[in-house]
Amino acid sequence: MQAVTQQVAGEALKGFLARYDGLRARLPGNADVRDAAAAVLRERGFPTPKDEPWHFTNLRPITGLDFQEPIGDTQAGADLLSLLPKVEGPRLIFIDGRYRADLSVLPEGLEVRSFAGTGLFGALTKPERDRVVALNTMLTEDGIIIDVPAGFDAGFLMLAQLTSGKHRRVASHPRHRISLGADARLVLLEVSAGIGEYLNNPVIEIAIAEGAHLTHGRLQQDAKDAFHLGTIYADTAANAVYDCFSLALGAKLGRTEIHARLGGEQAAVHLNAAQIMGGNQVSDFTTAISHDAPNCPSRQTVKSVLTGKARAVFQGRIEVARIAQKTDGYQMNQALLLSPDAEINSKPELEIYADDVKCSHGATVGALDPEQLFYLRSRGIPADQARMILVRAFLTDAFEAVAHEGLRDVFEHAVEEWWATTGKDAEAPSA
Amino acid sequence: MLEIKGLTAEIDGKEILKGIDLTIPQGEVHAVMGPNGAGKSTLSYVLSGREGYEVTGGTATFNGVDILAMEPEERAAAGIFLAFQYPVELPGVGNANFLRTALNSLRRARGEAELDAVQFLKQARAAVKKLAMSEDMLKRNVNVGFSGGEKKRNEILQMTMLAPKLALLDETDSGLDIDALRIVAEGVNASRGPDFSALVITHYQRLLDYIVPDHVHVLADGRIIRSGGPELAKELEAQGYAGIIGEAAEAA
Ligand SMILES: Nc1ncnc2c1ncn2[C@@H]1O[C@H](COP(=O)(O)OP(=O)(O)OP(=O)(O)O)[C@@H](O)[C@H]1O
Ligand SMILES: [Mg+2]
Repeated sequence: MQAVTQQVAGEALKGFLARYDGLRARLPGNADVRDAAAAVLRERGFPTPKDEPWHFTNLRPITGLDFQEPIGDTQAGADLLSLLPKVEGPRLIFIDGRYRADLSVLPEGLEVRSFAGTGLFGALTKPERDRVVALNTMLTEDGIIIDVPAGFDAGFLMLAQLTSGKHRRVASHPRHRISLGADARLVLLEVSAGIGEYLNNPVIEIAIAEGAHLTHGRLQQDAKDAFHLGTIYADTAANAVYDCFSLALGAKLGRTEIHARLGGEQAAVHLNAAQIMGGNQVSDFTTAISHDAPNCPSRQTVKSVLTGKARAVFQGRIEVARIAQKTDGYQMNQALLLSPDAEINSKPELEIYADDVKCSHGATVGALDPEQLFYLRSRGIPADQARMILVRAFLTDAFEAVAHEGLRDVFEHAVEEWWATTGKDAEAPSA
Repeated sequence: MLEIKGLTAEIDGKEILKGIDLTIPQGEVHAVMGPNGAGKSTLSYVLSGREGYEVTGGTATFNGVDILAMEPEERAAAGIFLAFQYPVELPGVGNANFLRTALNSLRRARGEAELDAVQFLKQARAAVKKLAMSEDMLKRNVNVGFSGGEKKRNEILQMTMLAPKLALLDETDSGLDIDALRIVAEGVNASRGPDFSALVITHYQRLLDYIVPDHVHVLADGRIIRSGGPELAKELEAQGYAGIIGEAAEAA
């Protein structure tokens, strides 16, 4: 056993544990919760490919590094803000895991509290099972806490998690809680971006009460040398909707993990995603949807566009409890490989205990169709633009699932920018 | 002027074009007829630059410029347009967007100002109307769910919008009903002029009643075995290819 512990206790873990020991007395919230999380990490270390949920994604590139405490680079503010999508409206800005009131624009009619100020850990996370979340729990300093009152339409809100690894390799662990009262509404755009080498490790807990509707757009544009390990827990009551679209473009190694529960009749969960990667990037989208009530639909369309030697993972688990009759689950995983060295790993997992359910899943992997490419080019459209048109066409039905126009524009713009800066050059014509 | 000399080409090592000689002077419309599998589509693909067709000999120039070395989009910018025998479906790509992107790519390549959405739509609507298409076609995805005839009309719509100098029409008439045939032919005839030439591939004399060609060529087994005036099409219609192929073999 000793040898195993040695192996998992890489530089990163030692550093994180030491930092916790140093900060423990000053961190907000219940120390027992943090101690329990620290104990999990101390005993078991970070997950390795031997742990089934991490079979396809090796955290080695992260665990071997040592991360330092952010020094709170106030100068980096402007540089970092320029990374944000150009959208109007209220914004809550975090830099290096700490809320920056000076850069934020508060939403109207909505009370926003901070984790630093309240120390309120929620009850939805499972740090004992999810060790990436244990890391966040142990070290988090700040986050937002939003309660949208019943019946209130809070409109649009951007939540930005910016990290600066310009001067030193840092890790940030924002911890957010969002709850919607009955029939409340919110459109949330969560953005991750930064500069240099760093680990961004956000956790969001989401509770959506009866009849409420959360649209959650996620834009992961972390720096090309950065790591992203984000986890979301979402719980929906009867007739509630959790509509999430996650677009991953950034990070050297990134994973978005979403645990969503359908906890009341006629609740709906949409976990759609696109992962667009090049170079040596690795991107993992892992979801677990629990149908815990009858008559609930869940929908997933996950699209990966991969160039260079990029690799994407989609693991989609759907659990249908005995009580969850008339469940309607749909999961589609499609990958477009723009280079022969790109790779997609996918694992659908259905665990069904009810007998009257409809669950379908499918997967396709393909390359650009040379005939379509020729058709476009024969009309005068240059090869790289023709490829972009086909990539966009491939993404169409994923983007169409984003009902909010403002969000869709942000995502489409981000993809166009990616193509102009990265995708276009990543792969020469395959002729 | 399109000048093809001794053109040979193969697919997967199989020789399909076995020495094509064909000249289409500026302003002329030539018809190419020939049995199934003769290499007619292959010729149109080789001229427009499709991958997978290896030119093993000969030359093809358009207005004196070697087109065989050019990328497909460069050939389009030079004024060459291929109306596909089997138009390609593009799910997720709107027809209007596609047309506008194509038109603006050509305009950019030619150093002309791009059209904005309003200018473009005005042109496109007019062209759609002329071809008796429904405007709905512009909103739909390119060729997706289009009937055979609608696809062919969509090719001609693209042709009229992109205003090529040389149109290669590969069996644009097949699948068209009688009215559509007339409308499409009128579309082609409207483009005719000193700056427009066309190579019209067809199996049916009927199209050539509407688009009267300056010359008719018979392509069989990768070679042009006979050329003549419009009356040659009538002769073929009456006698089939067997006679002509036999004569050509004897002469050889
Ligand atoms: N990808 C390919 N691989 C092998 N042979 C091919 C390929 N494409 C075409 N051919 C062959 O090349 C020959 C010429 O085909 P082509 O399509 O040019 O004929 P065509 O004259 O247009 O016939 P049709 O009148 O039926 O349209 C045919 O024998 C065809 O089978
Ligand atoms: Mg043909």
